[in-house]
Amino acid sequence: MYAQMVDTGVKRVQGLDEMSAEERAFQERIDAGIKIEAKDWMPEGYRRTLIRQISQHAHSEIVGQLPEGNWVTRAPSLKRKAILLAKIQDEAGHGLYLYSAAETLGVTRDQVYADLLSGKVKYSSIFNYPTTNWADIGTVGWLVDGAAIMNQIPLCRCSYGPYSRAMVRVCKEESFHQRQGYDLVMTMARGTPEQKQMAQDALNRWWWPALMMFGPPDSDSVHSAQSMQWKIKILSNDELRQKFVDQTVPQAEYLGLTVPDPELKWNEDTGHYDFGEIDWEEFRQVVAGNGPCNRDRLRTRVKAWDDGAWFRDALLAHAEKKSERQVAAAKAA
Amino acid sequence: MLLDDKSVYLMRLGDNALVLSQRLSEWCGKGPAFEEDMALTNIALDLIGQARMWLSYAGEVEGRGRDEDALAFRRDSHEFTNLLLVEQPNGDYAQTLVRQFFFDAWHQLVLEALRRSSDDRIADIAAKAIKEVAYHLRRSSDLVVRLGDGSAESRRRMQDAVDELWMFTGEMFNADETEELLGAQGLACDPSTLMDAWLAMVSEVFAEATLELPAGEWMQKGGKQGRHGEHLGLLLAEMQFLQRAYPGATW
Repeated sequence: MYAQMVDTGVKRVQGLDEMSAEERAFQERIDAGIKIEAKDWMPEGYRRTLIRQISQHAHSEIVGQLPEGNWVTRAPSLKRKAILLAKIQDEAGHGLYLYSAAETLGVTRDQVYADLLSGKVKYSSIFNYPTTNWADIGTVGWLVDGAAIMNQIPLCRCSYGPYSRAMVRVCKEESFHQRQGYDLVMTMARGTPEQKQMAQDALNRWWWPALMMFGPPDSDSVHSAQSMQWKIKILSNDELRQKFVDQTVPQAEYLGLTVPDPELKWNEDTGHYDFGEIDWEEFRQVVAGNGPCNRDRLRTRVKAWDDGAWFRDALLAHAEKKSERQVAAAKAA
Repeated sequence: MLLDDKSVYLMRLGDNALVLSQRLSEWCGKGPAFEEDMALTNIALDLIGQARMWLSYAGEVEGRGRDEDALAFRRDSHEFTNLLLVEQPNGDYAQTLVRQFFFDAWHQLVLEALRRSSDDRIADIAAKAIKEVAYHLRRSSDLVVRLGDGSAESRRRMQDAVDELWMFTGEMFNADETEELLGAQGLACDPSTLMDAWLAMVSEVFAEATLELPAGEWMQKGGKQGRHGEHLGLLLAEMQFLQRAYPGATW
């Protein structure tokens, strides 16, 4: 889940009888499961919310390259290095693909990217945590990509055509990422005592931030209700989080690793795992810019952009020269 | 001894691909444009695939039970036989690109020759790799033209990079006894035969890019024989960290 707390700009959700004729027709199409396409009429709030959601997702893919890139030069085998490079390349591709989906809504990639660099628009809180040992690379694939898939599979059915089609493609690659992540953690959990310690340490650090990826509890979110009416959010934060816990706990047990939550236990009555209280203050602080790596992540992207200015300018200068020459040649002919 | 020469030669091919891949992956997430991030990662991935094929084969021919990872992660700097060119630091993006262009142009010529190797497996690996390298060369030569003939700043950066790296290009064409021997047998390629074609290719691209070929004739050498600069040791320290810190573990 790479978009969190997406602001819909509304205080409460309107009923069909409160809407204009256009809005009502739009909502009825959505209710009937008909996709909205780029050239269709849409309420301004829908358009703006989607731009925020899709660009936040795109930014997360781009920033998400950094914690994994942190280990690419230290990957312990050539095969693992190749898998990690392929994964990072996929993520950059997802970013580009999602920026294109956002561009169908009338913004440019450079505009939305400038909002990331200025700190105006966020990316997922999860990428503000450090990758400190090699098992983190597997754990990120297992938990972070696992959580992302949980959110994105329903989004394949979302109301906006370009976004839903992007999600179909992204999900296929993400499930490969999750499998390779789990495989990496399994290799370490069954390895030497030092490797097992790394795997447990990684789970200890990533478990709670992974649960926070789904965003604040449903009780705190009016935006969720509007997004769900628009079908750009299909399941609620708490539903997704519960599904994730239910799926992941048995996987951890299979690995022989301990989920760092003393309150975690199977509930026969509900058929779900009960789990402990999430530290929402930590979540709010990380979203507000105070996570362990927020400043580093943004600084790295800003530096890359600034250092690359001469490169991008030169490509433009060359293109201009070339077209001038073509015009001159056409005149001479 | 033929087997030794052959494994030495295969290791050189693998080390070039491995070390350059490692350098390119240092750019991960830090390129000057999203498309460049993707392209560099893609090339790094191609090269690591090639490194794996060459090093696996080198290990088999050597017959001492060393696989691709033993060769990549448990040899020290003096046992690495890559060209000095590929171990040079990334510098700015101009330096990364010029290094890539010099190497790609040479790499394509080498692989073309190796496609006709009398050794079937060498010919197979070369045939697979050359498809990737043709794209690498197309991309790097196109960018050399666009940045050389771009803005005043990009031209200066590109020329600086050319001047900086030129002295590491001569080594690509020095045949040593191993290459002469294997070349004569039709198994490897004698690199001294590639010089003219390489220079013609570089001159043509530079003419369009308004870049100048440096006048300097003094060339560094020794990479292929394991005599490297200071940069390689640090590159290996980073790359080999986990295998060195936790020997015997499976990853």
